[in-house]
Amino acid sequence: MDITAKTAGELHDLLVQKEITSTELTHAFLDRVRRLEGQVQAYVTVTDKSALKRAAEVDAKIARGEAIGTLEGIPMALKDNMCTEGIRTTCSSKMLEEFVPPYSAEVAIRLQEAGAILLGKLNMDEFAMGSSTENSRFFPTHNPWDLERVPGGSSGGAAASVAAAEAVYALGSDTGGSIRQPAAFCGVVGMKPTYGAVSRYGLIAFASSLDQIGPLTKDVRDNALVMNAIAGHDRKDSTSVRFDKPDYTQFLGKNIKGLKIGIPREYFGEGIDSDVAKVIWDAVAALKDLGAEAEECSLPHTDYAMPAYYLIAPAECSSNLARYDGVRYGYRAEGDDLISMVRKTRAEGFGPEVKRRIMLGTYALSSGYYDAYYVKAQKVRTLIKQDFDQAFGTYDVLLSPTAPTVAFKFGEKSSNPLSMYLSDICTVPVNLAGIPGISIPAGFVGGLPVGLHLMGKAFDEGTLYQVAYAFEQHTGFHKVKPSTKEVAAHGLE
Amino acid sequence: MAWSDTYEMVCGVETHVELATKSKIFCGCTTEFGGEQNTHVCAVCSGLPGVLPVLNKEVVNLAIKAGLALNGEIAEFSKFDRKNYYYPDLPKNYQTSQYDLPICKNGWLEITVDGAKKRIGITRAHMEEDAGKLVHSGETITSSDESYVDYNRTGVPLLEIVSEPDLRSIAEVVAYLEQLVQILDYTQVSDCRLEQGSVRFDINVSLRPKGTSDLGTRTETKNLNSFASVRHCMEYETERQAEVLDAGDKVVQETRTWDEGKGITISLRSKEEAHDYRYFPEPDLVPLVIERSWVEEIRRTLPELPTERRMRYESLGLSEYDAGVLTSSRALADFFDEALSRYADAKILTNWVMGEFLRLLKANQQSVLDSPISPVQLAELLELIDKGSISGKIAKGVLEDMYATGKDAALIIKEKGLGQISDEAALAEIVEQVIAAHPQSVEDYRAGKERAIGFLVGQIMKATKGQANPSLVNKLLKEKLS
Repeated sequence: MDITAKTAGELHDLLVQKEITSTELTHAFLDRVRRLEGQVQAYVTVTDKSALKRAAEVDAKIARGEAIGTLEGIPMALKDNMCTEGIRTTCSSKMLEEFVPPYSAEVAIRLQEAGAILLGKLNMDEFAMGSSTENSRFFPTHNPWDLERVPGGSSGGAAASVAAAEAVYALGSDTGGSIRQPAAFCGVVGMKPTYGAVSRYGLIAFASSLDQIGPLTKDVRDNALVMNAIAGHDRKDSTSVRFDKPDYTQFLGKNIKGLKIGIPREYFGEGIDSDVAKVIWDAVAALKDLGAEAEECSLPHTDYAMPAYYLIAPAECSSNLARYDGVRYGYRAEGDDLISMVRKTRAEGFGPEVKRRIMLGTYALSSGYYDAYYVKAQKVRTLIKQDFDQAFGTYDVLLSPTAPTVAFKFGEKSSNPLSMYLSDICTVPVNLAGIPGISIPAGFVGGLPVGLHLMGKAFDEGTLYQVAYAFEQHTGFHKVKPSTKEVAAHGLE
Repeated sequence: MAWSDTYEMVCGVETHVELATKSKIFCGCTTEFGGEQNTHVCAVCSGLPGVLPVLNKEVVNLAIKAGLALNGEIAEFSKFDRKNYYYPDLPKNYQTSQYDLPICKNGWLEITVDGAKKRIGITRAHMEEDAGKLVHSGETITSSDESYVDYNRTGVPLLEIVSEPDLRSIAEVVAYLEQLVQILDYTQVSDCRLEQGSVRFDINVSLRPKGTSDLGTRTETKNLNSFASVRHCMEYETERQAEVLDAGDKVVQETRTWDEGKGITISLRSKEEAHDYRYFPEPDLVPLVIERSWVEEIRRTLPELPTERRMRYESLGLSEYDAGVLTSSRALADFFDEALSRYADAKILTNWVMGEFLRLLKANQQSVLDSPISPVQLAELLELIDKGSISGKIAKGVLEDMYATGKDAALIIKEKGLGQISDEAALAEIVEQVIAAHPQSVEDYRAGKERAIGFLVGQIMKATKGQANPSLVNKLLKEKLS
């Protein structure tokens, strides 16, 4: 029995039945991390000592005959932009290479209270800016399906760690597709919840009005279980919403007969790989087999989503990242005076993509350009939201590819920012509208996973889980594991 | 020739007021002044990566209260914005403030200068967070080898109150500021400790030739924190601008700072060097929707304001001057009112409060709030005078003892044996002794020299150490001598 291949749901049963201990489980994952990290490089920091300590505590609890929670004793990892008290939190940036937060993000606290075993912190594009994890200050993470290819980004470490079974699940963050696109590239399930459903407190901000934390998991059930643990109002985050949080697992297994699925034709335009599109149309057929009604529809302002996103997100980032000046914490360069110290700190501490976005955003907010860029982009955002509102008047769920292509090779897009940006073309509108989106494994092109993207009404994650679960159980793509010899050689069937 | 013969001054003031909340605007840290450096800080107000602000509701309560007291309109929909600029006293390198939708607009207050009343417009009032405090080893941040920053003040809530350019003389400016601070004090929106920097003024001033209506080029002098420095700074700055204009030059639009020691204003930066603050809506906070019921709830808590209180005092028969002094601070007026509720003669009370009581406070360099004498204790002292237990003259000494010890008047009188002798039999004996000892004076009086009685009264007072009831002494003397 290879326990690292199992889901949280399965592992919980094994723990309760005393088939395994949390300590054994944690050792198994730490061993696997040790063996695979040379190839995958998903982790920035591994917290083995504290993980084993936590596991022993859970085992003691089980030994005492106490009941344990669903996620208790199960090893997981966090993208390295979520603050963890006493554990360095780098954002994969030189700027925060040595930064050890004195406090924990709300999601980290909630998972800790749920008894999760934190294995470590996961690699990402610097400050979550990128779509390939090539923008990490430390190293690129490799796609477990093909080590020559990127895992996607910015939550590349999170997606790769779950795909390579280096963690049972992971939390990522999604500003324009950063959970869903890597989930698609690595063949795992990734949910970007409704804006305001999960607390952002302790998530190091990229673009505050778009950022949202969500789970990356092996299957849909695990995803719903993790959402149960992390979602819900937090008074420390003013943008978090008070809503009736359902038990997300209650939607699993409900049939989807008569459910209406809209397929926005704008999401199948130029740049969408025809093989990827074919996989998606096959998925549509599968959903129809399950009784869903699917038809084409239109979200007419989709073309304007990318330009609007690349004004709003950089504008907010230019302000959010202003605090990294070498005065209080993080990297500090030596300078002759204050101004040269701040200039050199920022010149040396940030990588090129972060600088590009800070400059874009600073420009967009500048006096004389603000109305033409920022204000206009916000108007576009409203129009995009209205497109969705209108579509959801007719459809329960909207469907598209998660990404236009399968995982690309290292260096293929890193010299051309625009082509890199376009890999988020299907996911960005969802962030602008603040609605939830999920990517689930839908098949393969050339042995590489393709993600199916389902978009839902605000706070209707439940319906997304319902459709995703029905599709997953019907097709079984989530059971196919990376077969590259490097990864497969280490025990995955 | 004074510049005011040639030019007219146009001035508007921005006032930054620290709101009197217990905790900071976006976190739970204390707002207490002083304290060891960097001890009143947390992850949020020190701007650590990942933190988020949560608006302190009490800040909004106080901002609404100030807005209502200044006759302003309270916005139903208001929001916060980020003002972006780099400075080490600003942990996030942006200040969370309000830009185009402030909480309050279109207010006014009334000033009186040389007996003339004038309404001064208040454009807006908005909420924002204060920055920290820099300490340099040298004079400025650029000329120092070392600079230190204390973030205790970072995130203390401020209300920025912006006046219309309605002020036309230095006297009007000072009257406006005094009136404004009084209102903030009365409403307890701020503790108004100017010396601790809890109220700070930025003065925008320009000159224009008399009789013209176009505005001249203005300068802004920042961070003045006393009425005296505002007056001195404006005297200097208007004179300076007049000299520039007289010489045929143009005033440069710029930000200046007041050098108290040298008594001059110094240029900080010109319009060209001005910051582009790149304001945009604060995405970490939701817009502020203020229900009318909330405003009405706050309106009900508004106290009697200084103008209303002055009018009430004048209706009690007090002079305009006395009413003005008594209402100059809420604490003094409250003291007066509490004493008045016990001792009804407003004029006598006024004389004691404005005379002996304020003299003692001043001599001890204390404020009304620190007074060891309570309003009730003062009222009791005045009642004892009226009852004839002590004379007014003795009462002054008793008040001093009360100030020093905090004891009640009656106790001090008893302990020191200061009670007036109103026992007719006891006094009659002393009167007879004095008459017997001074036959010449008795003779003079009987011969029609009315003044001689004064000498005899003096002798009786001397014999009783001043404790004899003066009216009783007069009555007894006249009886015995007739």
